[in-house]
Amino acid sequence: MLLPFFIRKHKTYKWVEDGGEVMFAYVMRRLLMLIPVLLGMTLITFSIVHLIPGNPAQVILGETASAQAIADLEENMGLNEPYFVQYSIYLIDLLQGDLGTSLRSKSAISSEIWPYIAATFELTVFAMLFAIIIGVNAGIISAWKQNTWFDYLAMLIALIGVSMPVFWLALMEQWVFAQELGWLPAYGRQESRDPIAAITHLYVLDSLIHLDFDRTVTILKHLVLPSIALGTIPMAIIARMTRSSMLEVMKSDYIRTVRAKGSGQLLVIYKHALKNAMIPVLTVIGLQTGVLLGGAILTETIFSWPGIGRYVYEAISYRDYPVIQSGILVIAFIFVMINLIVDILYKKIDPRIKY
Amino acid sequence: MNLKRLFLFTLLLAFLLVLTACSGDGGANTDTNADDDEADLTEEAEASDEDAEAATAGNQVLVFARGGDSESLDPGSTTDGESSRVTKQVLEGLLEFDKDSFELIPGLAHDWEVSEDGLTYTFHLDEGVTFHDGTDFNAEAVKVNFERWSDPEHAYAFAEDGYVYSMYGTMFGGYKGDEGHVIEAINVIDNYQIEFVLNQPLGFFLQNLGMSYFGITSPAALEEYGSEINENPVGTGPFKFVSWSKNDSIIVDRFEDYRKEGLPKLDRVIFEVIPDNAARLIALRAGEIDIMDGLNPDDAAGIEAEAGLALLTRAENNFGYVGFNAQKEPVDSKEVRQAISYAIDNQAIADALYAGYATSAKNPLPPGYLGYNDEVKGYAYDPEKAKEILAEAGYENGLEIELMMSPTARPYMPDPETVAQIVQNNLADIGIDVTITSHEWAPYLEQTLKGEHQMFLLGWSGTNGDPDYFLSSLLHGSNVGSSNRTFYHNEEVDALLDHAKRAVDQAERAELYMQAQELISEDAPMVTLVHSTPVMAISENVLNYVPHPSTSESLEEVELTE
Repeated sequence: MLLPFFIRKHKTYKWVEDGGEVMFAYVMRRLLMLIPVLLGMTLITFSIVHLIPGNPAQVILGETASAQAIADLEENMGLNEPYFVQYSIYLIDLLQGDLGTSLRSKSAISSEIWPYIAATFELTVFAMLFAIIIGVNAGIISAWKQNTWFDYLAMLIALIGVSMPVFWLALMEQWVFAQELGWLPAYGRQESRDPIAAITHLYVLDSLIHLDFDRTVTILKHLVLPSIALGTIPMAIIARMTRSSMLEVMKSDYIRTVRAKGSGQLLVIYKHALKNAMIPVLTVIGLQTGVLLGGAILTETIFSWPGIGRYVYEAISYRDYPVIQSGILVIAFIFVMINLIVDILYKKIDPRIKY
Repeated sequence: MNLKRLFLFTLLLAFLLVLTACSGDGGANTDTNADDDEADLTEEAEASDEDAEAATAGNQVLVFARGGDSESLDPGSTTDGESSRVTKQVLEGLLEFDKDSFELIPGLAHDWEVSEDGLTYTFHLDEGVTFHDGTDFNAEAVKVNFERWSDPEHAYAFAEDGYVYSMYGTMFGGYKGDEGHVIEAINVIDNYQIEFVLNQPLGFFLQNLGMSYFGITSPAALEEYGSEINENPVGTGPFKFVSWSKNDSIIVDRFEDYRKEGLPKLDRVIFEVIPDNAARLIALRAGEIDIMDGLNPDDAAGIEAEAGLALLTRAENNFGYVGFNAQKEPVDSKEVRQAISYAIDNQAIADALYAGYATSAKNPLPPGYLGYNDEVKGYAYDPEKAKEILAEAGYENGLEIELMMSPTARPYMPDPETVAQIVQNNLADIGIDVTITSHEWAPYLEQTLKGEHQMFLLGWSGTNGDPDYFLSSLLHGSNVGSSNRTFYHNEEVDALLDHAKRAVDQAERAELYMQAQELISEDAPMVTLVHSTPVMAISENVLNYVPHPSTSESLEEVELTE
């Protein structure tokens, strides 16, 4: 679906800029590689979910089910077909853009899955914003003021942050800010008594489209606690990575030259040093974003966030094969795409990088 | 530079496109329903927008928080309690259960008669009742619903879409054409009279009709939504369905033309999913929700003392047990089973794990059920006697047993791991060396079905309030390898249970079940541990809320104070 679109673009556009052609070829290659990767993913997830013991019909019907009821349900769900037949059916449907039907809810996964992705996407964006803004700046200042009280304090917080159990932090946040102080809501994506009419299911965006700014504020309030809970570990990792990367860059010759030219400290750090120091940090940011988009089950569970992580997790305990397969496929796709974007950004930041 | 930006932008755009393609059924090759789906979605969104505005006018909005989402809103095709909790508000059955018990009261049928031989049931239906879609409720609608459940070939059975009406199969002995299926014919006498003809008496036929799984759906809606009826329930209940955002919330609104004058009192009910028990309690304390299901028993004491909150308990409708495999060494010996029964301190389990919100169980049937036998002596904790019996049975040097368990929390057993450890300690006292093996829930159910166990931990919850659902399912010989995981097979018990199932006189049935319990207790195929009373917390603003033992209660009379 993607490929013809880009090939057409390629023929009509002439990349004027130096290196554009190379970059384009690189992106094309990466996108082509996506096909075998995703196909491999489907095979692996299909095999794994069907090899783990446990029968979906049995779990759906529970401990009070009769053998007859289980057999009937198995037959209706097509689970008595041989594995390769089930896999072929799944693959053929997938190529037609059909992600299948949930065994448990009997709803089409393709119509069910988007709100989950949107919920996770929104949470990830805000968690990563929190992590990047705080993490990068804390790292920079720590490197700048190396071995001062700020450095020690920031790195201590980062150390605690990395080792913080997310569920504990989440519950503490709820207890302090929702129950004791009452400043922020304890759960959910929005005020449940006053639900939004969803358009994109990205609620912040939806509320802006509706020009309902009071609602935007409510929705942002709902994002604060889960974003902090989810963003704390990435923030700590980013802070530590930024600090060590900055320290290294600050020792390099070109920084000495810039300083010798008489540039101010801020300019040296934020303009000259940061660009080079950002390459490893960017890798971490990309990886962390991918991990968070893959679903943060703990945060999503405690804050009742209807995200993709909980969707897949619950499907696993119910052995809802189509949902597990499609969920993992979508997560893998997002992960690969983020990696691609990160690789492109490398080049953007450091033109010396060649593909 | 600009081109590069443009390229990046298009890449992002393409990424988003793919994502929305995934969501919107957009593939060119998908079936023709695809476009309808999308139209439905937008309609739904618009509808919920309008209703959202409407609701702000009325301020009686109740938020009910529970641990998991509903599986489907077509109650007949699911056995999930979280589903019937919601559909109970939207759909009604011919009969209903009383507020806090399984006593039958009129539902859509205001009156009914049973023939002398117990084979013909005639129901007189309420007149002037409309479904939420405006169509009339009548005898034909009832017939369509029952035929849909019983006949996989029926146009509305949606069998090819994975719909199985297993609760119907369990309760009415199978489906159309099956040997045990009891409903011979359903005759529409006139618009408001319907007759069910059975081929053999069924002692709990009426009891079944009170179950929320057999709520009546509008035939017009079945026609309109087809297999998407699971997301678009249309009934005659006090609330009409508005929207469902999966794993998040389900909204139902007051049905203006409800058949009961002045009800429901609430304008809107929102069922929220908050998976974590602790987080749910915080949301209640913060005033974001009004009712929370699934309170940790340990938190209950705190709630009682807390201003603004109230504690409620559901009547017990379940029991947890340690089951034996009555066909496997060494627990195939009745004496060994009895010895183990004496050795387990179920009062200690009730106190330690349920914070007192449980009673120790001596019968595999909750108290308050028809035929509950309070005369049964049971096995009070007595390790000395256990040792004696064990010695007499030739095990004075002790023995080794494997106890299988799954750590998945169930309503009748919130913490199976600790229960297993207490059992292990209790049995160590009488010289039985217990090895605990822990299994994941899904394979566990299969393994215990196949009889791979010596001892296992499980429980049972009631649905129709009839003893048959407990005693026959769990202990009838014909259910070995199905719901009878103890592999217990006693001809005498089977005969009593069969007789009771076919008897129509409830007093006679009660007598038969009492006898069966005596025999079962003597044989000790399972150690009945506790009946748990699930606890819930509600805001003091909520009035007239009565938890039902089945976990599904109508919210029609509930209201909020300011």
